[in-house]
Amino acid sequence: MTMVAETMTAKSGSGARRLLSGDEAIARAVWESGTRVAAGYPGTPATEILESLAQYSGLHTEWSVNEKVALEVALGASMAGARAFCAMKHVGLNVASDPLMTMTLTGVIGGLVIAVADDVGQSSSQNEQDSRYWGRFAHVPVLEPADSQEAYAMTKRAFELSEQFETLVILRLTTRVCHVKALVTPGERVERRVPGFTINPARWVMVPANAKKRVPLQLERERKLAVFGESFDLTIDEPGDDRRAGFVVSGPAYLHLREAFPNAPLIKLGLSYPLPLERIRALAATVDKLVVVEETEPLIEGELRAAGLTVYGKDILPRIGELTADIVGPAIRRLIGEPEPAAPPARGPAPSVFPRPPTLCAACPHIGVFHTLFAMRRKVVIMGDIGCYTLGAGHPWHALDSCISMGAAMGMALGIDKAGGEGDAKKAVLAVMGDSTFLHMGMQGLLNIVYNRGNVTALILDNRTTGMTGGQNHPGTGHEIHGLAAPQVDFAKLCEALGVKPERIKVVNPYDLNGLFRTIRDEIKVPEPSVVITNQPCTLIGEFVRREAHQVLDDKCTGCGSCMDLGCPAISVRERAEKHTADGEAFEATYTQIDARACTGCTMCVAACNHGAIQPIANTAAAGSCC
Amino acid sequence: MRTLPFLNILVCGIGGQGVMTAAEILAQTASDLGFDVKKTEIAGMAQRGGVVTSHVRIGPKVLSPVIAPGQADILAGFEVAEALRWSDQVRPGGLIVVNTQRLVPPVVSGGLYAYPDDPLAQLKATGTTVTAVDAAEIAATLGDRRLINSVMLGAMACALPFPPGALENKIVARFQAKRPELAVLNRQAFAAGSGVAQ
Repeated sequence: MTMVAETMTAKSGSGARRLLSGDEAIARAVWESGTRVAAGYPGTPATEILESLAQYSGLHTEWSVNEKVALEVALGASMAGARAFCAMKHVGLNVASDPLMTMTLTGVIGGLVIAVADDVGQSSSQNEQDSRYWGRFAHVPVLEPADSQEAYAMTKRAFELSEQFETLVILRLTTRVCHVKALVTPGERVERRVPGFTINPARWVMVPANAKKRVPLQLERERKLAVFGESFDLTIDEPGDDRRAGFVVSGPAYLHLREAFPNAPLIKLGLSYPLPLERIRALAATVDKLVVVEETEPLIEGELRAAGLTVYGKDILPRIGELTADIVGPAIRRLIGEPEPAAPPARGPAPSVFPRPPTLCAACPHIGVFHTLFAMRRKVVIMGDIGCYTLGAGHPWHALDSCISMGAAMGMALGIDKAGGEGDAKKAVLAVMGDSTFLHMGMQGLLNIVYNRGNVTALILDNRTTGMTGGQNHPGTGHEIHGLAAPQVDFAKLCEALGVKPERIKVVNPYDLNGLFRTIRDEIKVPEPSVVITNQPCTLIGEFVRREAHQVLDDKCTGCGSCMDLGCPAISVRERAEKHTADGEAFEATYTQIDARACTGCTMCVAACNHGAIQPIANTAAAGSCC
Repeated sequence: MRTLPFLNILVCGIGGQGVMTAAEILAQTASDLGFDVKKTEIAGMAQRGGVVTSHVRIGPKVLSPVIAPGQADILAGFEVAEALRWSDQVRPGGLIVVNTQRLVPPVVSGGLYAYPDDPLAQLKATGTTVTAVDAAEIAATLGDRRLINSVMLGAMACALPFPPGALENKIVARFQAKRPELAVLNRQAFAAGSGVAQ
């Protein structure tokens, strides 16, 4: 660590240290490296890399429609001799894997770095996967920083490596690198000449005859990288006095391990693929036991075993989630036979507190959609997708039946339709996805529904932003990454161009609950592809207009609880009481209230109330707190 | 060179309350004063009303960004049930600074779960020092509920290894140039929080 810091100071002069997240540090390094083109698609925890990069000038930064396109944009720039960069989350690289697996044959001209962020611990992803596999699969180097300063330093070195070996380089991040702020000493940008594209079919036209000649070059490059890794200075040998166990460690697990075992000898892998086998053998010869500490899959461990080394790894450490000090410590102490330090006195049982699951925002236009789908729940199968609207699967709507991958709802809906299941005979099939997801990978699925004569009603929830990742622009918003005006796609026209009949494309206001219900009900009855597009903006973007807050009139509220079923977080229960119907049957009445600070006057609850008990607050100045 | 103490601060609350901003100000102040610092949070869907926690670790040299279970020196709870949720992360004898405000989520309001009985009393039974602040009320009195943040920072200031004024000046500096009226309000909010803690 110290070595890294000194290297950077020497290179970048007397830059003042700054508190930067891993994502911000990478953006800084990409900019300083003279990069000319940077592309990506939002995805937690990598989103902030491009958002941060967009604040720098001197390069083209873009939100691409998906990660595959982003990587192809970066490759084109590299072919022209420019340094190029791509950022995405782990599942994004799955999407981009098609160009990845062939561009490893062509190699690159201008340095090309892919930052891929694994959501280790799965804070906000549909799976936990190990992107280091792509390094093995594509025969390309993988760098693994542990914190912001390393992320900065390794990004800069990644561009150099990329040009030295004419290969793309993968910078593997985890949530605990991307979203940790730590001190970084930045430098200055160095401009680089961009020579332009040179026609060279043998290099760039990957027909079999050309591609076959590139395969041996790819393997030779991998061999040279392995030799290089034996002396790579960002792979650090740290000697230690405690010889009971030595460690091979990568990524942020290094920090946790060091915290637990300050005096153990170890090799911290900067370049974690290809492995520096000779350096690791040398360490193994000096310690009693060699332990690999790597998050998620046992990749390094497996390769060391294949090389004939005796190692411990996932036999003593978990394969799932982060390897924090409190996990690594006890596992290693058991291995080396060291007793656990005396535990602090027991504190009694852990406090029991209700869950606080994320939910849709007050006045979120998706609320109207899921309230409506809940009302027709028994008559529909609802294939869902990835975005804020995935929350429609939760309380109180329970109106989303799947979440797999970006754009998947379209294909899966067609599959359910074509399967013709007995239990589904009387049900309509819906596909639900947001605007950004539709443009990312959903429109091909809709085209496929049309082409194959599917009977699916597609709901495109157009809230004019990429909501779940914090509100990024896309081709449907009319703005690009810097917020400047950009050509705006017309969703209705796009669907028509894909072959949906114009009379089967409806644009509706999701706050108009009755209109929304009628539209969806009518469209699911028609036995052909149809599209319903909602048209109200996300409440968290500038386009959203806040209107007059509403209140529940206590003298009119009957306690029916219908407004609670809407699922708006601004509405809560004021009082519960046992009441009796005219027939003398007991029931629990639920009297409600509206938080005037959270209410934006969307009026969905006005439509949900059958008793006229919800009305605008006449004098908003008198609006008080009610929670 | 003077020896810098280690300190683990766990800040918790709900998305939108300013938890991450408070943690950022703590980390920035520590950095300005020459500490090593790491700040981390898991807030994947925080803006959607979920739980937010931020770990701030400061010291001469910080390795892991994560506070080990039960090793927080200070817990700053921006909502009283959230403070209770994380209270077992505080070391014995540690400090809990808690905003006594109750924010009831839909799953509780809808009757699926109960809000804990007297969470403040439960906090006081944990063998820690508890500073209770009605930060929401103080912020409302000053006229802007976003001031909760500065009230909470004021309430924990005396427990931090910073010289007097360092934390307050860092907060004020965020507003001084563009919104001087907010700088004044934040100074008042900070002072009110400090007053409760003493």
